Amino acid sequence: MKSFVRLTLVLLFFSATLCFAANPVLIGSKKFTESYVLGEIAKRTLNETGIPAEHRQGMGGTIILWEALRGGQIDVYPEYTGTIAQEILRTERQLSVQEIRDALTKFGVGMTEPLGFNNTYALVMRRNEAQRLGIRTIGDLGKHPELKIGLTHEFLDRRDGWQPLRQRYSLPQLNIVGIDHALGYAALAKGSIDVKDAYSTDAKIAENDLVALADSFDFFPKYDAVFLFRTSLRDDAIAALHGLAGTLDEARMVRLNAEAERTKNYTKAANLYFQNAAGSTTLTGDESFWQKLARWTLRHLELAGFSLLLSIVTGIPLGIFASRGGATGNMILGFAGVMQTVPSLALLALLVPLPFFGISVRTAIAALFLYGLLPIVRNTASGLQDIPRSLRESAIALGLTPAARLWRIYLPMASRSILSGIKTSAVINIGTATLAALIGAGGYGEPILSGLNLNDHVTILEGAVPAALLALIVQWSFDLLDRILIPKGLRL
Amino acid sequence: MSALVQLVDVTKGYTDAPALHPTNLSIERGKTTVLIGPSGCGKSTLLRIIIRLIAPDSGTIDFDGSQITPANIEILRRRIGYVIQEGGLFPHLTAHANILLMARHLEKSDKEMRTRLSELCELTRFPENLLARYPLELSGGQRQRVSLMRALMLSPELLLLDEPLGALDPLVRASLQKDLKEIFARLRQTALLVTHDLAEAAYFGDEIVLMNEGRVVQQGSITDLRERPANPFVSEFINAQRSVALA
Repeated sequence: MKSFVRLTLVLLFFSATLCFAANPVLIGSKKFTESYVLGEIAKRTLNETGIPAEHRQGMGGTIILWEALRGGQIDVYPEYTGTIAQEILRTERQLSVQEIRDALTKFGVGMTEPLGFNNTYALVMRRNEAQRLGIRTIGDLGKHPELKIGLTHEFLDRRDGWQPLRQRYSLPQLNIVGIDHALGYAALAKGSIDVKDAYSTDAKIAENDLVALADSFDFFPKYDAVFLFRTSLRDDAIAALHGLAGTLDEARMVRLNAEAERTKNYTKAANLYFQNAAGSTTLTGDESFWQKLARWTLRHLELAGFSLLLSIVTGIPLGIFASRGGATGNMILGFAGVMQTVPSLALLALLVPLPFFGISVRTAIAALFLYGLLPIVRNTASGLQDIPRSLRESAIALGLTPAARLWRIYLPMASRSILSGIKTSAVINIGTATLAALIGAGGYGEPILSGLNLNDHVTILEGAVPAALLALIVQWSFDLLDRILIPKGLRL
Repeated sequence: MSALVQLVDVTKGYTDAPALHPTNLSIERGKTTVLIGPSGCGKSTLLRIIIRLIAPDSGTIDFDGSQITPANIEILRRRIGYVIQEGGLFPHLTAHANILLMARHLEKSDKEMRTRLSELCELTRFPENLLARYPLELSGGQRQRVSLMRALMLSPELLLLDEPLGALDPLVRASLQKDLKEIFARLRQTALLVTHDLAEAAYFGDEIVLMNEGRVVQQGSITDLRERPANPFVSEFINAQRSVALA
């Protein structure tokens, strides 16, 4: 009896620690340098208060982060007051901080005071070009309709973005291209575009000798940086976040952004904040490249492996049904076919708002699973249909039960086709799994994404090369597996 | 002694096989019955209906005194051997595994299977050292011997053969014909053999069933057919085959 009590206590203790360890505060960030850095700052702030926290870097745009916060997939993320008013509360009015905070309450979301800097939108140009053409304000662009404008997709669609801006300043430009934020800076430097949208604290503005055009009509609302958090978050965590208010001015944020882009390391940039703020010089343990590679590889294998396993376990039975033809068979093949025509990015985005999924590894695995289904279903069905009728009849005539026919005759005979379907799925999955990083699920997509963000080829290659190698290794292992799993009689 | 198989008014409309008009047929125990006729006459359909690869539209088929139904056919199939033109061997299994497939499925003892296998090798004159080969590593004649062994493994009461020698070259065919006839005699095997070749029918058939356009035209010995043709088609069929053989 005593030992039973002791056992229960031990179990209780373990489950309690597990619960605690398994529920760190989850911090999200948007897909640009400043958001990454703010995410890191929040993480370290919480960690130093003794609260476990994890940072899901670069999960996407405003809507994805907001939905994730509301859905409880993340607890905290950095946002800007202007964006909250325009994109989340959908009002044209300039709201005060208190008005915004009140409006957010009904979503179960709280907001810190402004962190201290206003990162508003701006249009930027190369300084020498602006001087040559005599352009100082956004309105001056009207005199030069030939200028090529490259805008981020978010800015193109925003309610405080390009369309209303163009109307406000009566700009004639029609030559607009949509381009990724970081790539846009490279395009601007090379001269393939002349004007782009920017955040006023972007480090690249100083670095590339760009000039922000004056917003003489005060078109852009104020974008004071704040942290949004779930009001259900533990009190000590909320207090720690409130402590960050008013500690970051514009100049300092520009420096942190520049540091992040120079060192290609968001943690380092965030550490700079703490050195100056607290005078403390303790750096949190930096991950070496090999540690990171191991982490990415494990996660990538987890994503591709689990989804492949699911595809196999459901794809083969579906393929068996489909091989029998008829309406059901066609429906199964049709469904699997449609799944594969949905662009992988769209599939991810469609799954995110669903209740069970959200921003998580689950979602990535589910999307990859749906994606990998078609090759397996189709190859299983066609492999079975290709078995000559005379051999099917021989199996029936022998008196084998339907199950025995399937397991001993049909599936082994279709094994080559089924395995090649699985191989196709595996290779597709490894490639597509790089997109999982977009919803914070990690893997080799993580360095690719931050490399894209920093416009840094080396970082991109850190993810792209291992992903390609992994695909090759998987291809080879399947060739090896063919020799083990395909019966010898079929390989003659 | 009653017939082993009795077909009464069996019909099949034309859907996936040549049609069959109401047909009656008995297959006597211990004898070789040959179904012969021009292509599309329904002889293969009839054979496949017996083992229910095709379901008849109407009529009854009795096997050893009990009617064949969808419910009991799976068990009855184990008492019937089936050999087709190309052998129907499963390419992913060795000759050995093909032959033992059903016995293993029924969990026969190893000893029993070994004994039966060497009996069959001896009976079909198949070298035991070739048993480890896959179908693709065997000649056409060897494949048919393996197929025959597979069909005979469980000592079936009835052996169905659908053009078993049709795809073989003449020399192999002649030697296999001879062996097959000996085997039938030794085992007193009840067999139903489909062929389009009159010489083969005459060689094997204790009883020859001539079919045309989904009907049995005449049933009897080769002498009956030759000397007492039931109608002009019978003489025409016999003479046509004879003149081809002479030419």
